[in-house]
Amino acid sequence: MSQLPTRIFTRRRLLRSGVTVAAVVPWLQRPAAAQTREVVVYNWDSYIDDVSIPAFEDASGIRVRYELFASNAELFGKLRAGNPGYDVIFPTNHWVARMIAGNMLEPLDQDRLPLLGNIDPVFMDPPDDPGRRYSVPYLWGTTGIGYRRSVVPTPTSWSALLEDEAFAGRIALLNSEDSLYSALKFLGYSLNTTAPSEIDAAVELLIAAKPRIRTFAPDTGQDLLLSQEVDLALEYSGDLQQVMLEDDDLGYQVPEEGALIWEDSMCLAAGAPHPEEAHEFINYVLDAENAARIAEYVLYATPNAAAKAMLPETIASDPAIYPDDATLARCEFAMYKGEDVQRMYDEALTRVLAS
Amino acid sequence: MQSWRDNPLVLVLMLGPGLFWLVAFFLVPLGFIWLMSFGERAGPAEIAYTWTLQNYAASLDPLYLGLFWRSVWLGGLATVIVLIVAFPVAFAITFASPRVKPLLLLLVVLPFWTNLLIRTYAMIAMLRRTGYVNLGLENLWEVAAFMLTPVGLGGLIGKQFQPYDLLYNNTAVVFGIVYVYLPFMVLPLYAALDRLDRSLLEASLDLGASQLRTFFAITVPLAMPGIVSGLMLVFIPAMGTFLISDLLGGPNSQLIGNVIERQFKAANNWPLGAAMSFLLLYLTFALLLMRAWFAGRQRANG
Repeated sequence: MSQLPTRIFTRRRLLRSGVTVAAVVPWLQRPAAAQTREVVVYNWDSYIDDVSIPAFEDASGIRVRYELFASNAELFGKLRAGNPGYDVIFPTNHWVARMIAGNMLEPLDQDRLPLLGNIDPVFMDPPDDPGRRYSVPYLWGTTGIGYRRSVVPTPTSWSALLEDEAFAGRIALLNSEDSLYSALKFLGYSLNTTAPSEIDAAVELLIAAKPRIRTFAPDTGQDLLLSQEVDLALEYSGDLQQVMLEDDDLGYQVPEEGALIWEDSMCLAAGAPHPEEAHEFINYVLDAENAARIAEYVLYATPNAAAKAMLPETIASDPAIYPDDATLARCEFAMYKGEDVQRMYDEALTRVLAS
Repeated sequence: MQSWRDNPLVLVLMLGPGLFWLVAFFLVPLGFIWLMSFGERAGPAEIAYTWTLQNYAASLDPLYLGLFWRSVWLGGLATVIVLIVAFPVAFAITFASPRVKPLLLLLVVLPFWTNLLIRTYAMIAMLRRTGYVNLGLENLWEVAAFMLTPVGLGGLIGKQFQPYDLLYNNTAVVFGIVYVYLPFMVLPLYAALDRLDRSLLEASLDLGASQLRTFFAITVPLAMPGIVSGLMLVFIPAMGTFLISDLLGGPNSQLIGNVIERQFKAANNWPLGAAMSFLLLYLTFALLLMRAWFAGRQRANG
């Protein structure tokens, strides 16, 4: 799409042909007239503070076009038939692996990211992207249990969501694989299992729990808790932290069986129209002060060691944001295990939701 | 009237843009999806077109057939309710004074001015436990408590107001479909009723038929084309909806539309999603054929 107008309108012809063309071309994405430098950033909703983007624009002179997606699936779907013009994208770790396998990412030029050294070394060699050729860690978090403190005793086990009768009808799970992951952890299995018998057991467990489940929410568990629609919800750590600012009766707990831990990364989409500006943007986010401001605002955990050192103590030592090592040792990253395994998980999820 | 043969150029000019639009942006993409339904995944983002039938075979798994059936059942139920609700509305608009009529029609179309997503979220704001319906009921409860407690009857209504769980079940899904698709029924019904020759109704009443009998023997048969169009316009999209069931539904509200959506998004299995979409399309064609057959038989009888 962005190729076509370039070929038709050279810059001089564009200037000569005046107003009519100028009025039509923006509609076709106007690369020839791009006098100001630009970068197109495609991120999750509510995943950056209000200051960073304008401050980056002022400092660099690069205009940021900032667009939002709601799920990895949406991001993947947008890019799989060819990049419609995004530069910097923010997939979750196992989706990074999936996108690398699908040739949907461009390798990063680490020489152009001088601030990469701010990242804690433990994050620098993940199995999804050995050596960080394609991705720079942005934020990480866990998927645990959000709950209403005045109603529910601290849910230390997944059984609060999956087995206990006490809060029947007051529980929300997620309509994604995260529900399967929690069931697998509760049963003592790895959430990366490829054993059909273990996945079946998780499916059976979830189906048996269905009469007590109010809904399988599309990532809105925090809103359901806030509006008192439910008292227990499977949710992502930071989403819960954000609503806890509005309602201090809400809490977040990583169950003792362990949970999903994940990391969202900044990547360069294959065919990105502004790779140079994209690197500048990523490097800007890597800056300790900027990364700290973002982490303080969205309340997810930062992998940026220099930024973490600058965070207020209340955030840096909050176990709901930065779980202790013993808890983390029980948590697992989800791995990309190929499309066939992916399909097995989807069919399992469909069986749960359809039964 | 002039035949188009007299001036084919005009016909081409007038049909051209619409036809081009339909072919380029509807039929061709649809053709690709059709091809895809015979394809296989050859990697995270590639599809090999192998003319396999395995996607259709997989779609006919009892698991998915159950969801097809649930979609038909909930969509059908919602459609019948829409018809029952819309008929009096359309009837009232038809017989409204010419001054009020445009206003009433505007009110019917008004919801289209907001996005479907916003309208569905508005339903959530109405129906949730802390929503306006429960808030209204709570106020009523307080009034009742205020009046009953002094006379010792407070026990009748309980110690505290318990909000109703109106969301996250199939009733909410049907309610949502009825709300969203109501205008699609009112408008064709209105169009049919507005054309209806009122002297026929007067004749029926003058000849001694009751209001009810006139309605069922004269009005309904004459409005049948509008009824059938409305039923189609509501039932077909209702059967494929996924947004309403996603946002308003509970643990047992998955429809085939949700599974298709997941194939194109999270599950990344476009061939299977394509096959399911086409099964839904074939079902729609079957309905349209039935309608044509029904209309043909009626014409033969009449």
